[in-house]
Amino acid sequence: MIEVSHLTKKFGDLTVLDDVSLKVDEGERVAIIGGSGSGKSTLLRCLTCMEDPTSGSIYFEGEDLADWSVDINHARRKIGMVFQQFNLFNHKTVLQNITLAPIRLGLSDLHAAKRKNLWYRLSNPFRKQKKALLPLMRTKKEIKEAAEKTAFDLLRKISLEDKADAYPSTLSGGQKQRIAIVRALAMRPKLMLFDEPTSALDPEMVGEVLDLIKRLADTGMTMVIVTHEMRFAREVATRVLFVDGGKIVEDAPPEELFEHPKNARLQEFLSKVL
Amino acid sequence: MKKFAVFLCAILLVCAVLTGVASARGTIVEAAASFAEGNGKIARFVRIFIDEGGYRQVLRGLKNTMLIAVFGLAIGILFGTLIAAVRVMPRYKRLPRILNRICSVYVGFFRGTPIVVQLLLGYYVLLPALSLNYPALYVCIAVFGLNSSAYVSEIMRSGISSVDGGQMEAGRALGLPYSTAMLRIVIPQAVKNILPTLGNEFISLIKETSVVSFVGTLDIYVAFNAIGTNSYEFMVPYLAMALIYILLVAAATALVKLMERRLARSDRSVSSH
Repeated sequence: MIEVSHLTKKFGDLTVLDDVSLKVDEGERVAIIGGSGSGKSTLLRCLTCMEDPTSGSIYFEGEDLADWSVDINHARRKIGMVFQQFNLFNHKTVLQNITLAPIRLGLSDLHAAKRKNLWYRLSNPFRKQKKALLPLMRTKKEIKEAAEKTAFDLLRKISLEDKADAYPSTLSGGQKQRIAIVRALAMRPKLMLFDEPTSALDPEMVGEVLDLIKRLADTGMTMVIVTHEMRFAREVATRVLFVDGGKIVEDAPPEELFEHPKNARLQEFLSKVL
Repeated sequence: MKKFAVFLCAILLVCAVLTGVASARGTIVEAAASFAEGNGKIARFVRIFIDEGGYRQVLRGLKNTMLIAVFGLAIGILFGTLIAAVRVMPRYKRLPRILNRICSVYVGFFRGTPIVVQLLLGYYVLLPALSLNYPALYVCIAVFGLNSSAYVSEIMRSGISSVDGGQMEAGRALGLPYSTAMLRIVIPQAVKNILPTLGNEFISLIKETSVVSFVGTLDIYVAFNAIGTNSYEFMVPYLAMALIYILLVAAATALVKLMERRLARSDRSVSSH
């Protein structure tokens, strides 16, 4: 699904990721753990080029995302990302938050197709081999309605449909994060990335967000989760990575990694957090 | 104390002007008329203002002043936002770097020279050099627009950087291009943050228009100055001019307050629709 090879990321002279290679298959749920400053968040952010890698490549659906000539926006549509600080759009209602990207991107695709068709129509008389017109899938109205329907379906699943017209500033942290997850899901991603989704939450709200992620895991979604919740990582993940000093130090199924840690640094880490 | 004195003067002036208007129409009793007559300066002002059509000039001047201020601000916001967007662009590639350089020279010029100099350069140098012949009013609108775009771009830039970086990140993570994320997510929030400052810009624009007489555009100042010259008496016309500026600024302030309240909607509980 996504494959990272020899990824290095430097901030100035500081090497945050040092020659990291990683492969995540479809249906896998990978938890990334590690101390603060170990580079785990940077690794996750590099997967969608939120941080541009200094060197190395990231293959997603056969394209190297680290390559400047590749349209990163296209890949990002299929990779959902959830942030520690939720990052809901403050000036939009919950519903608008969820539908903004599907509507905008749907419309821009529609316009692009129309532009191309116009060009084909104009140039076809001069071509030997006529180009077929692109089929226009939906009208503007249909795009909007479809996006809103998806949004309401998703909101119903997290039983927040009554908050559709509320602004983010009126929601609790747990509600915000659940809506942020739903916003990412509205794009129908193939891969979900979670960057410490519960770290900014009050303890009593952690549960509802983790429950939602678990439910998502049960649907077979491929996920990469950076987390400090060891119990959760153990419960949900099919594979756990321990990152330290910019390298993946240990990579094993949860039972093995938590029960029989091999690396000395990991043993020390686990003894502190468990 | 000073403010209070000015306020008092303004109120007195309004009363005097109102009585003057009323008596000129002959709708008020003789007592009021004799008050206006007894006050020679006001009477002279009223005579020229009403009887000899001075108010027509003033209205035309007012229209020009508002045209320059409103369209100037509109152009300023449009170009200013564009410039600000260019200046906050990440500079990995060459094109943004060049654009950024151009924009900083542009802002440097318009902030570094007085508006009068820009007006004179525009009207007496640039226009003949391009052998164009536009009315001075259009030149004024263009120059004030370009001038305020330099200021607005700085205001907008601070507004954009006041928006949390996570907002842009979240937009990009959903697959939106930089331009869409900027336009739909960052700039609306930036505008909300800078609205009071933008209101100030509008207010100072209204007041700065009083220099357009340098290129021969009729504005409030020119109109009242003409009244003063005709009546050999400047106190009342200039006070009336001050009053009109105060009223314009008050109206602008009220407008900005209204917009602020509307944009603050997302800070409240539930949307109104």
